[in-house]
Amino acid sequence: MTTPQLAAGGREIKVSAHSRDRLIRAHRLPNIWCPGCGIGIVLEAYTRVLEKSNIPPERQVAISGIGCTGRFAGYLDLDSYHTTHGRAIAFATGMSVANPDLEIFVIAGDGDISTIGGNHLIHAARRNVDINVIMVNNFNYGMTGGQHGATTPTGAKTYTSPYGNVESPFNIPYLVAAAGASFVARWTTIHANQLFKAIRRMTEVEGFTFLEVISPCPPTFGELNGFPEALDTMKYFREKSVVDDGADLRTLPITMHPEDPLVVGNFVDKRRESYQELLRQMQLRASGVGHQ
Amino acid sequence: MSKNGGVLSPGTYFMMGNFACVEAAIMAGCRLFAGYPITPSSEIFERACTRFPQVGGYAVEMEDEIASMAALVGASYAGSKVMTATSGPGFSLMMENIGLAFMMEAPSVVVNVQRGGPSTGVPTLVGQGDMMQARWGTHGDTEMIAYCPSSVQEFFDLTIQAFNTAEKFRTPVFVMADQVVGMMSERLRVPPIEEIEIVERLAAKPPGSSDLGLPFDYSRDFVPMPIAGTGCRVNVESLTHDSRGYPSTEHSVSQAMMAHLLGKIRNHASEIWRWQEYLVDDADVVVIAYGSTARSALSAVKAARSKQIKAGLLRLITPWPFPDKIVEKISSRVNTIVVPEINYGQMIHPIRENSKCPVVGVNLAPGTLIEPRTITDALELVA
Repeated sequence: MTTPQLAAGGREIKVSAHSRDRLIRAHRLPNIWCPGCGIGIVLEAYTRVLEKSNIPPERQVAISGIGCTGRFAGYLDLDSYHTTHGRAIAFATGMSVANPDLEIFVIAGDGDISTIGGNHLIHAARRNVDINVIMVNNFNYGMTGGQHGATTPTGAKTYTSPYGNVESPFNIPYLVAAAGASFVARWTTIHANQLFKAIRRMTEVEGFTFLEVISPCPPTFGELNGFPEALDTMKYFREKSVVDDGADLRTLPITMHPEDPLVVGNFVDKRRESYQELLRQMQLRASGVGHQ
Repeated sequence: MSKNGGVLSPGTYFMMGNFACVEAAIMAGCRLFAGYPITPSSEIFERACTRFPQVGGYAVEMEDEIASMAALVGASYAGSKVMTATSGPGFSLMMENIGLAFMMEAPSVVVNVQRGGPSTGVPTLVGQGDMMQARWGTHGDTEMIAYCPSSVQEFFDLTIQAFNTAEKFRTPVFVMADQVVGMMSERLRVPPIEEIEIVERLAAKPPGSSDLGLPFDYSRDFVPMPIAGTGCRVNVESLTHDSRGYPSTEHSVSQAMMAHLLGKIRNHASEIWRWQEYLVDDADVVVIAYGSTARSALSAVKAARSKQIKAGLLRLITPWPFPDKIVEKISSRVNTIVVPEINYGQMIHPIRENSKCPVVGVNLAPGTLIEPRTITDALELVA
């Protein structure tokens, strides 16, 4: 593929191929994401992990739900699934039980994973289903036009909270850790290397792994809440991010207030038998019992 | 695991309908059940939890029916034959992802042991109120395939049939039982497994080159399924998609996809249709019934014949796709059609739409069987 582009100085550069083309459906580009959107950074980190992984692409599966991040799976040259709104984790649970050899990532937005799909999220974490979930948190329903959801900070303005959001957002890492996840992390889209490392760790940890990626939607959430440009968000991340792997998870709600810190890190990394392991053990106990 | 692989040994049993359904599913090759308990289908789930692990499968209890159906679509794409069982309220919750299974062309079997509704209705008692939900429950234009058993034996046989149809047509298939058929115990004959026709999934071969082929080839009715983990690396979409699986808002793509999804069932409807006629050839009046009501209807027809009324019975085994030509043919040579249902008029609508004669309903609120004499009374009135 040859893509002519203009570099900053007006000089034309040509890109004939990218090392990760074998993991991307490059012929589907350009993608639908807006300028300044952080989903592409997640895509970059994810594909970098896959590229360096020993897991062959044939065994890797990407599953998304609906919305902006919901389009993530479709750009990957893997077995990729674009499912119904909120149900990606339930879909992945069935797929992983049926074939535990698959390395399954669910990559979806906050509305998908924590709002409409909140029930599936906590139950998959409780069961410790051996799947990996990356939740790109843009604090609202981006593709639907910028309405508030379960992660929208209190007081934030959206098109369905024009006087400021009166609801309290989920503290997602606290919620998922309490439910029993084996790995829980939160990073922002400025933490490119940490994202890579966290996602790579997710492929290593057996059980339910979860990564929250903070990535405010510039044209909807950002426009109304003091981050009109992606650069404003990046400045905030650079100035206010506090890396603390051992943070008290109860203290991690996000305000997105320009003066408030944003705690990030790999908060949980523990070993607990996965759902698939326990199912296999149960199957062994059941085998040999007669059908009558 | 027993030497016959854990499947039920051939022989004659006295068995509950809900149990027979599970044994049939195992014989059909189903090894994954995702469910959420609901009366009066719960015995299916419970027996699956005992039996599936014995035969190398799993029965998983999801957090709700929405998750159950989503899990089935995922598991189907992982290569498993999959099923769930539910009743009216759970069926409603499954509808979103039944639509997904239809859209993704994921073989799956959904058993609905019908109770009364609307809403929570009468949980432990019989109803036939989900017949239209089966046809029209999910959004958009779909064609659904459904079977209606009237006995334990038929619940067994039609469950196997449902898996075969699901695999052949790559689509969700319903077994629309009702509380009476699900919870009654009666004679069940299990044939040797070698005598049972089992349709296996047609899986796509991984492409040998960079050309991914056409995983959703709309020029053919039956297309091999790209199974996850086999190297096909295909995008599988809930959005309207082209033959490569890519989402599209082009009207021509929407047109081609819908023609394929609906056409693969409509073009083969007459192969799917199953029905049973009793004393129809010389009948003046014919009862059209399904499920447990068909058993009352059979008694009613016999009673009417003893009173010199030329009555007959058409038992619908496949309510969907609706056997329009069968009904049209019979209705063109009788005076009246009587449609008893444990609802206030559901299957009577397509029957009336396709009938050349007057159609009369015998309707009952859910909670009890329609007794034969109620139907006989109706036959006497219209004869």
